[in-house]
Amino acid sequence: MINLAIRDVRQSLGRYLLTGVGLGLLIGVTLTMAGVYRGMADDAQTLLRSAGADIWVVQQHTLGPFAEPSSIHDDAWRSIRGLPGVAETGNVTFLTMQVAKGAQDVRAMVAGYEPGRPGEPAFLIAGRPVTRSHYEAIADAQSGFAVGDRIRIRRHEYTVVGLTRRMVTSGGDPMIFIPLKDAQEAQFLKDNDAVREERNRLAQNPAINRPGVPGLLEAVGELQTANRYVNAVLVRVAPGWDAGEVAAEIRRWRRLQAFTSAEMEQVLVGTVIERAAKQIGLFLVILTIVSIAIVAFIIYSMTAGKLREIAVLKLIGTRNRTIAAMILQEALGLGVIGFFVGRHAAQLWAPVFPRHILLLPEDALRALVLALTACTLASLIGIRLALRVDPAEAIGG
Amino acid sequence: MAEPAIVLERLVKRYGKGPTAVEALKGVDMAVHPGEVVGLIGPSGSGKTTLLKCLGAVIEPTAGKITLGGEVTFDQGWKVRDLRALRRDRIGFIFQAPYLIPFLDATENVALLPMLAGRPDAVARARALEILGTLDVAHRAAARISALSGGEQQRVAIARALANKPPIVLADEPTAPLDSERALTVMRILNRLACDYGTAIIVVTHDEKIIPTFRRIFHIRDGRTVEERGDGRPLY
Repeated sequence: MINLAIRDVRQSLGRYLLTGVGLGLLIGVTLTMAGVYRGMADDAQTLLRSAGADIWVVQQHTLGPFAEPSSIHDDAWRSIRGLPGVAETGNVTFLTMQVAKGAQDVRAMVAGYEPGRPGEPAFLIAGRPVTRSHYEAIADAQSGFAVGDRIRIRRHEYTVVGLTRRMVTSGGDPMIFIPLKDAQEAQFLKDNDAVREERNRLAQNPAINRPGVPGLLEAVGELQTANRYVNAVLVRVAPGWDAGEVAAEIRRWRRLQAFTSAEMEQVLVGTVIERAAKQIGLFLVILTIVSIAIVAFIIYSMTAGKLREIAVLKLIGTRNRTIAAMILQEALGLGVIGFFVGRHAAQLWAPVFPRHILLLPEDALRALVLALTACTLASLIGIRLALRVDPAEAIGG
Repeated sequence: MAEPAIVLERLVKRYGKGPTAVEALKGVDMAVHPGEVVGLIGPSGSGKTTLLKCLGAVIEPTAGKITLGGEVTFDQGWKVRDLRALRRDRIGFIFQAPYLIPFLDATENVALLPMLAGRPDAVARARALEILGTLDVAHRAAARISALSGGEQQRVAIARALANKPPIVLADEPTAPLDSERALTVMRILNRLACDYGTAIIVVTHDEKIIPTFRRIFHIRDGRTVEERGDGRPLY
């Protein structure tokens, strides 16, 4: 039996292929949107895993440094270290800020860590680890910085001594690692004018600047400019210990919140990325509806353009299902072309995006199923039109 | 004499109901024998097309009986698929315009009918080529429809109508768009095929050029037919 769909498509191949390519670009955008979400989740997971921590200890009643402000004393690690099952601890700070290199500004998350302890970058792709106590940095390659670059964080200049990769936040900002003390200072460091202003205010406060209490003014001033806080303490548990049990112990005895790395991933994916995921999900729904509408319109137009032929086909005895199959096959063909074009396009343009786009085979498979379902739905309107054609129309009159 | 291929008895077709109802056919009687080519002529609105649609099993008559090849159509228990099979296997249609399927080539247009009837592709194509050869268009068998001339398209349309060797062919103004010479050629072809295959052919026409070629003519006026003898002018 002649395949009517193939013959019909062959007749208007150019228009059909162009429609398929157009649909493909839409599918490509859909796949890319899914890739953005996957990339966000993957970045978050990579960041957490590369920190090398089994437990994240943060301020009580908070969800940790990535979800909401968390502040704990930088000596809290001592009491945590003393708990059974804790092998190693490391203080970390995180601060999103603009990092300057010459005239160029890069938005980055500056992480303070203690070299040799949990929280340091897991691997380097160039350069060396931080070896000095101050003013050395390791940057993620996505920041655009190179080994040897001089970058400015607040008032201080740092030398980039090493580069790492895939160390970005769920928001796509590259990480820059600096020594903890520098990071603590950077969090509270004010410019000279602000410091002078603060000193003047304190000096004018009679409750603090008391003539009979020498040294009080200096002590308060010192307290206000020094930072003895970190955002989290990372814990590595001893071999044979369960991270969940150790985290429960920390919560029970230290009045701190403790998340296992799996829980922290859940916090990131379920809380921080949730809104972005919903937004992307809505975009996906809109794109799917637009795709269905486009395919439906094209299939409807193609069907409406051959009503006379359909009437003749019916008159000479063609079954309705043969005609419906022709329309359905044409719609599915568009879906298949669209899928391959879309997948290829997404792979082609993904590296150009500033953020990490993760294209998973299972997402591609979902897109194929979705495209074919959408095309099947879209063909229904054309099939309905064709089935309503009266064979008597071929005779006219 | 052989049994008529087409018999119409007191055929009535009424459109609508009540006082606004229009009776397009008011008791048509007609019989056409195998191998016969008859003309059906009449002014516009006389009921020609309605009659053709009833004969073509696409609309159901209000009253009366249609017998095609000894079988009464629209009898009790007839289903859509029966009508479809009837149109596919036993009736050939030729239209004023060729109405070929533009996305199929000439052979495929003709072979489609035997294929729809369940014949193997190779058999259907062989049949198509055979009949295209009979109509002197075999050399255009692989051509796209848009590449054929008007005359060639009409021949392919005739070939399609005859592809399943139907006992009945209904031709609706088949020569209207053609000049005299081509119109007479089409009539020659129809007469030859009627003679060769024993097909009963009804030609609805207004065309003064071909009316003298019929031996029998049915005049249809106000929904009724009157039979008269035609000139039967020779075509060869």
